[in-house]
Amino acid sequence: MSDASNIRTTVNHSQESKYLKLSGLEPLIVTPESNFINVGERTNVAGSRKFLRLIKEEKFEEALDVARHQVEGGAQVIDINMDDGLIDGKESMVKYLNLLMAEPDIARVPIMIDSSKWEIIEAGLQVVQGKSVVNSISLKEGEEQFVQHAKLIRRYGAAVIVMAFDEVGQADNFERRVEIAKRSYDILVNEVNFAPEDIIFDLNVFPVATGMDEHRRNALDFIEATKWVRENLPYCSVSGGVSNVSFSFRGNNPVREAMHSVFLYYAIKAGMNMGIVNPTMLEVYDDIPKDLLEHVEDVILDRRDDATERLLDFAESVVGKAKENKIDLSWREEPLQNRITRALVKGIDQYIVEDVETARKSVDNTIEVIEGHLMTGMNVVGDLFGSGKMFLPQVVKSARVMKKAVAYLLPYIEEEKKNNPDAVSGGSAGKILMATVKGDVHDIGKNIVSVVLACNNYDIIDLGVMVPPEKIIEAAKKENVDVIGLSGLITPSLDEMVFLAKEMQRQNFNVPLLIGGATTSKAHTAVKIDIEYQNAVVHVNDASRAVTVVGDLLQKETSETYKQSIKLDYETFRDKFKNRAKHKEYRSIEDARANKFQIDWKGTDLVNPNSMGIQVIDDLDLNKLLPFIDWTPFFRSWELHGRFPDILTDNVVGEQATELFADAQEMLKEVVEKKLLKAKAVFGLFKANTINEDDIEIEADGKNYIFRTLRQQLKKRDGVPNFALSDFIAPKNQGLQDYIGCFCVSAGFGTAELAAEYEKNHDDYNAILIKALADRLAEAFAEYLHKEVRVDYWGYAKEEQLSNEDLINEGYKGIRPAPGYPACPDHLEKLTLWEVLGVKEKIGVELTESLAMWPAASVSGYYFAHPEARYFGLGKIKEDQVQDYAARKGMPIADAKKWLAPNISED
Amino acid sequence: MKDIRSILKERVLVLDGAMGTMLQRYKFTEEDFRGDRFKDWPSPLQGNNDLLSLTQPEAIATVHAKYLEAGADIIETNTFSGTTIAMADYHMEDLVYELNYESARIARKVADEFTAKEPDKPRFVAGSIGPTNKTASMSPDVNDPGFRAVSFDELRIAYKQQVEALVDGGVDLLLVETIFDTLNAKAALFAIEEVKEERKVDVPVMVSGTITDASGRTLSGQTAEAFLISVSHIPILSVGFNCALGASQLVPHLEVLSSKTDFAVSAHPNAGLPNAFGEYDETPEQMAEQIKEYLEKGLVNIVGGCCGTTPEHISAMASLVKGFKPRKSLANSLE
Repeated sequence: MSDASNIRTTVNHSQESKYLKLSGLEPLIVTPESNFINVGERTNVAGSRKFLRLIKEEKFEEALDVARHQVEGGAQVIDINMDDGLIDGKESMVKYLNLLMAEPDIARVPIMIDSSKWEIIEAGLQVVQGKSVVNSISLKEGEEQFVQHAKLIRRYGAAVIVMAFDEVGQADNFERRVEIAKRSYDILVNEVNFAPEDIIFDLNVFPVATGMDEHRRNALDFIEATKWVRENLPYCSVSGGVSNVSFSFRGNNPVREAMHSVFLYYAIKAGMNMGIVNPTMLEVYDDIPKDLLEHVEDVILDRRDDATERLLDFAESVVGKAKENKIDLSWREEPLQNRITRALVKGIDQYIVEDVETARKSVDNTIEVIEGHLMTGMNVVGDLFGSGKMFLPQVVKSARVMKKAVAYLLPYIEEEKKNNPDAVSGGSAGKILMATVKGDVHDIGKNIVSVVLACNNYDIIDLGVMVPPEKIIEAAKKENVDVIGLSGLITPSLDEMVFLAKEMQRQNFNVPLLIGGATTSKAHTAVKIDIEYQNAVVHVNDASRAVTVVGDLLQKETSETYKQSIKLDYETFRDKFKNRAKHKEYRSIEDARANKFQIDWKGTDLVNPNSMGIQVIDDLDLNKLLPFIDWTPFFRSWELHGRFPDILTDNVVGEQATELFADAQEMLKEVVEKKLLKAKAVFGLFKANTINEDDIEIEADGKNYIFRTLRQQLKKRDGVPNFALSDFIAPKNQGLQDYIGCFCVSAGFGTAELAAEYEKNHDDYNAILIKALADRLAEAFAEYLHKEVRVDYWGYAKEEQLSNEDLINEGYKGIRPAPGYPACPDHLEKLTLWEVLGVKEKIGVELTESLAMWPAASVSGYYFAHPEARYFGLGKIKEDQVQDYAARKGMPIADAKKWLAPNISED
Repeated sequence: MKDIRSILKERVLVLDGAMGTMLQRYKFTEEDFRGDRFKDWPSPLQGNNDLLSLTQPEAIATVHAKYLEAGADIIETNTFSGTTIAMADYHMEDLVYELNYESARIARKVADEFTAKEPDKPRFVAGSIGPTNKTASMSPDVNDPGFRAVSFDELRIAYKQQVEALVDGGVDLLLVETIFDTLNAKAALFAIEEVKEERKVDVPVMVSGTITDASGRTLSGQTAEAFLISVSHIPILSVGFNCALGASQLVPHLEVLSSKTDFAVSAHPNAGLPNAFGEYDETPEQMAEQIKEYLEKGLVNIVGGCCGTTPEHISAMASLVKGFKPRKSLANSLE
């Protein structure tokens, strides 16, 4: 603590304390220097049809995403309103706020509790810990009630919005606004002792240009009243809902956007410091065309008698103008370097060969084009990406242009080399080996990271998928690489990584090791991998970080310090992690079984399947899968975050997401039309009963098989059971015949070939795209088949009517857990599944030594039909269950430990 | 007796140390906890420290006296768990009024004796109001984040009973402490305001939150400043932090409070962080050395101790504060 900050503690604070201060998990202080405080308004059932629907259908998870979206989009306060005749407003408010409080990324901002009903406001106030804003109270029902509510609001610790409304009615001109504001303020400050800085006036934004004379001054009166309030009622704030002002121009967004900007421009000048503004409905004031600006200002400021008519006439000419979109080729007239840079930044490969050829003719050695023209452009790409102005799919497209250019130049370079063998070629920033580890087949993430690193002038040696450790070691030595990057998606890959780290240590390697992939984590890297290897081990889970990390690792100036800081960081993390793990309590496996999930078994809940036994779908029409695609994970694999379809209109990534989606649709169309991918499935429905608590015995083709399930052991609050999947199948001793389903679907046949073809043409973008699409189709196939099974093959949910959205939200009856995922993280059960269904023989999906499925775009799992069956996460288990499990499976404990390692508690 | 507000302008006041740590030294058995009165009580009572005010009042009085001898200006009543919610574990909800009332009386009597002996150094009794064992803005069940084990109204009613009994028992101040969920504290403050209004009394209120760990946030996720904003809506005497951290770890958070509030600032940290055996082993000298930093930087108006602190720790603090002026810029809140 420096002396300067010391002195700060003694300055006069009574000044500061007069600012409006709000809090969620973090503070929000509104000072005269603060920018306009934007209140998010999409979490309002009265204002958003979508939000209303989500609340009505009790889709609270998605409703939370609406709030998250607002906060991510920059809302500093979120307004929550549940006033609708068809929902229980009080209950919805409480439930939504309670859920919201559990989301730190949303709950960091203060809440505006919005209702016309006091009981809803009070219920809201009782569940938020921070200092909220009540929206709103007024003198409408008289002074007594106003005082009573204000007193309570103060006692609950909230600020308040006061509407300019009294016993007579709503203030609709300057004098009435001033009169009501003054009266409200005096009562609050003098009678209720309400802090004046906690008062926010909503002075009623009304529409202008309605054609009625009495509305002409609506905006101007608001602006002038705002000025009066801010000058005469000390410390208070002024707010309002901006979109009202342009109500009469609904349907003409260019005009509305201009009206909002003009209105805000003058209202903020007058002292309006917060409000509800839809940022996508706002034009930048300076960007409004002069003629439009003049017409709009005439209306807002009531400058001419005929202002409304003139704007109406003008508006007709504005409609749709904004939509016109021609391909602009003027950039082709610019200097060569600009053209090359632009082609790289925009990912346009149309003219790149032509441009590099021009460049080539202008230099002595062809290599200069790569090191000069192209790298200059790629540096711009790197900077834009690094500063968050470009997104991953764009960068991959840039790489495509770069590769195409380099491919064109290479023969010239080879030729020059022959003639002049001494010429030094290429100043690469470093050599990086990339590999998906043994037994694992997933490489989308790895390929993206490779491409992005290549864009940053690193040489990439990509060994592909399922790479055995000895091959990695050998290649690393032979190529003398500077960094090794390992990737993996399934849990056994974690062990492979640990093994490789040990091996690198044993062989005295001293290159840094990067760890990435869906199953990896900082915790695993710090606790398990880092301790095995003396050099730096860094967990990098997104492409944008990879560039900085590799840069820090390889640049001479930063390298040593960075490596040390990483080691230290992981050590601290490790200690913290170990300490934290101690707090959890577990039950013994016996106790956990005693606390299993109890189902009241009734014969009527156990539906006899319509068609028993094993069935194969050999070549499904891909058209059938299209409606079942869940697009959200597709965008996530490109590091574009947000829920589909909202992501397409997202403020930040919307444009990029739309472009990517269009590319995906185009490729998908081609895939479907030309049948480029083949979708196959094998599935079966069998008699089944639970035996020995945790085992499920099934009968297939007259033979018995046993699925071993794992049971939660974490000690939970009384009344919450310790789940195992076996709980959802009737125990044998109940004397009731139950059933289970097994399946494996794949949409991956053909993917590898298509990707290889694209890669051959230097097109990593499409190579990654086809893999990501195959993954989506496989998931869609699993969803499709599950539905067919529910409705038809098994037929336990014949009447079901669910939208795709319902399916994504798992709104169906029964579950389809997959080995390797939270409810049954044990991959070994796939072996039993393969045996039961004859998966390999029937459809050709194979298992690697780590039990990953090949082709990668495959899904396998079980079907449970009982209405009480639900998804859960196994969590950590204890040694006693591992021993029990090994005994049940008849395998050595050491093997069981190896496979279950990620789920064994460390305590 | 001089008003605490005016004394706070003159010097740094000292709050007492841990009650539990001192009671542990007595090694009370289940029988001792029960005494005669509760010998047939159906549930086990060992560990119900608040109950000792009824069954071992001498011990409680002795601990208070030791802290006052050590130089404490303010002692806390033995009522940390004195709500129907926290007492439900022992099925002693019906005893809540009596527990608080008697605890307040014991502390009152000892404090008055010391004030009589040394009128220039008046001693104050703060009614200790703990967080209860339930949270109003967090779910105890990770699988059901929307669930709440206790509601605002349940807390408000429970706190109101406690506050009424403490006031009836004669406390000078109320201390809402170890706040890990701000919403619980807001319910307590709401209840206090109700009691103040209904009885037309003015009891100064101290508020003390708990920063759980190195994240610098309360258990319910608020930063120090967000916490401050969330409890500043009624005129309180002081705001501060206690428990969970040792004295030096509290410095950055006290700096936030000190620079952002017009209320007095308090701190009663633990005697360091617990060692491998869960014990607090920072010596009085070590702790005083760290608290010296508070005083040199002018961060606090009230210091004391929480878990693991003893009369020796408080004695070290009491001698330390004599050499320092209290934190300034208290504006109007102490008028």
